[in-house]
Amino acid sequence: MARLTAENLQRARQLVALYPHPRSALIPILHIVQEQDGWLTPDGMAHVGELLDIEPAEVYGTASFYDMFFTHPVGRHLVSVCTNLACLLNGGGELLEHAEARLGVAAGGTTADGEFTLEEVECIAFCGAAPCLAVNWRFFGNVSNDDFDQLVDDLAAGRLADEVPPHGTLCRVRRRVGLTAGVPAGPPPADDAKPAQGSAQ
Amino acid sequence: MITDAKPIVTARIGVPESWTLRAYLEHGGYDGLRKALTMDRADVTQEVLTANLLGRGGAGFEAGKKWGMLRKAEPVYLVINGDESEPCTFKDHMLLEEDPHEIVEGTLICAYAVGASQAFIFVRGEFALGLERLTAAVNEAYAFGAIGRNILGSDFSVDLVVHPGAGAYICGEETALLESLEGKRGYPRDKPPWFPAVKGLYGAPTVVNNVETMSNLPWIVQNGGAAFAALGIGRSTGTRIFSVSGHVKRPANYEIEMAKTTFRDLLYDPKLGGGIRNDNELKAFVPGGVSAPWFGPDQLDMALDQDAVGKAGSMLGSGSVVAMDDTTCMVRAAWRITRFFHRESCGQCTPCREGGGWLDKVLRRIELGQGRESDLDLLLDVCDNIAPGLSWPPQKTTICVLGPSIPSSIVSGIKMFRDEFLVHIKDGRCPFG
Repeated sequence: MARLTAENLQRARQLVALYPHPRSALIPILHIVQEQDGWLTPDGMAHVGELLDIEPAEVYGTASFYDMFFTHPVGRHLVSVCTNLACLLNGGGELLEHAEARLGVAAGGTTADGEFTLEEVECIAFCGAAPCLAVNWRFFGNVSNDDFDQLVDDLAAGRLADEVPPHGTLCRVRRRVGLTAGVPAGPPPADDAKPAQGSAQ
Repeated sequence: MITDAKPIVTARIGVPESWTLRAYLEHGGYDGLRKALTMDRADVTQEVLTANLLGRGGAGFEAGKKWGMLRKAEPVYLVINGDESEPCTFKDHMLLEEDPHEIVEGTLICAYAVGASQAFIFVRGEFALGLERLTAAVNEAYAFGAIGRNILGSDFSVDLVVHPGAGAYICGEETALLESLEGKRGYPRDKPPWFPAVKGLYGAPTVVNNVETMSNLPWIVQNGGAAFAALGIGRSTGTRIFSVSGHVKRPANYEIEMAKTTFRDLLYDPKLGGGIRNDNELKAFVPGGVSAPWFGPDQLDMALDQDAVGKAGSMLGSGSVVAMDDTTCMVRAAWRITRFFHRESCGQCTPCREGGGWLDKVLRRIELGQGRESDLDLLLDVCDNIAPGLSWPPQKTTICVLGPSIPSSIVSGIKMFRDEFLVHIKDGRCPFG
């Protein structure tokens, strides 16, 4: 339940500076919130709203559209098993059943120890290695049931800590430069933008 | 047949650390940009028009023409679509991870040609490694002087921002992508009248192009549009990456010359798909992403030609070909595809939001053995309400084409495998177990 740390606030401000309009930084900043806390806490979303001068409801309303954002706690390892067509044809459905049995939770559930959240996902564009899955968006292909068991053991024992960062950590490479080209000011806000505060009735 | 055309966009894939600036420069990296910057902007666009480079995202619109449709106003934005989410398409994922500098170079060439003041590469959020490799490439390219102020010593300046998505198929639709890039829910915008070239990002004229489209540009500038157009046949020029998956022995991405290779080559040639697993019979295949109507084995000898596939009632779409062998339950396949569209509907338009759910439920009950004789007509009737006439390309009742894509697999399934649907209903179970 945390607002952004000083360091993450600094990162968020750097992101805002990359766009002609601040709100464009909303989704990238929400990824930072999720990296910090593992999920999007109400306090975190409120803080982002303050930063971008939008209501917390707008932050939540945007976040709730996107599958990668969680507005409730999830496990340290988000295991996303694909069952879309290429995986369906290559045993993805059976892999998901095995994963449910191995972890003891149905798709959508989190193990009691908070280590694993299992989800059934749509195609993750790794179809050359179907059936496939991702853990915290690190990809594993041609996964047999035995491979899955080994993977879960390795994750639980921390043996894959370098390859698979905790849930929420997306891109570990930081942009090193701001804008240098001398970008002209963005166009005026679009027609549907909210009116300026204090405008005459 | 497989021609001896050399790969254009995947030439460096397999080179050790192909994603680094060092490897890129060792293999001619940024020479295309260097050359483009010595040309008039209009001449760069002219080379792309001569090449007849068709957009590699799915709609297949001529890239050069798209650039020429920009409204004359400042600023102009360039947005690269790397939100690859069409099921069974995995080429952009590969390009982002294996050759990010090629995408960056192509993006800068395009930015120069259209006079963009800022470029954004929208990367599907799930592509963590792709985001890391592309971000590292952008850092390297800034340090190298290829992005930013006075690029490579010229008077051209542009910034490039890597923007992560957050998981939504619909954001691959260009106007939904722009909404998402503005920090909103990914709701497609109604068009016409306003296409992104007129009113795009923040209402400014905007070019939206696919990642693979950009990856072709360094080669086109270096070798000329005519050399690109010399490959392929007719409007289908150059080479293209096809994502081959499903029941083939060698599922992978293959870059081949357009229009000269057939679906049979792609699925059966030992250097490509390698044939159907266990040497089973092919039952049907998806010719261009799960939005596309299916083809049967009788269409295997059709060339991978955008117009030929279009005339035959389907599309090359995103370039993904999925083989289904004779052990495949076609009800289950159609149901899974339908469930995908239902789940990914943004919810703005009733036919898509509600129709997708009804179709999902009816297909589910057929697959689980609780279907009714009247269900086939019901499915087709609901499909007809989403895409009247059930023709291809579909009639639209919705803002974007997600909804009208839902009927593809269902109508194909019922047309080609009606008896199989009926057996599910009569026997009260799936014959494939």
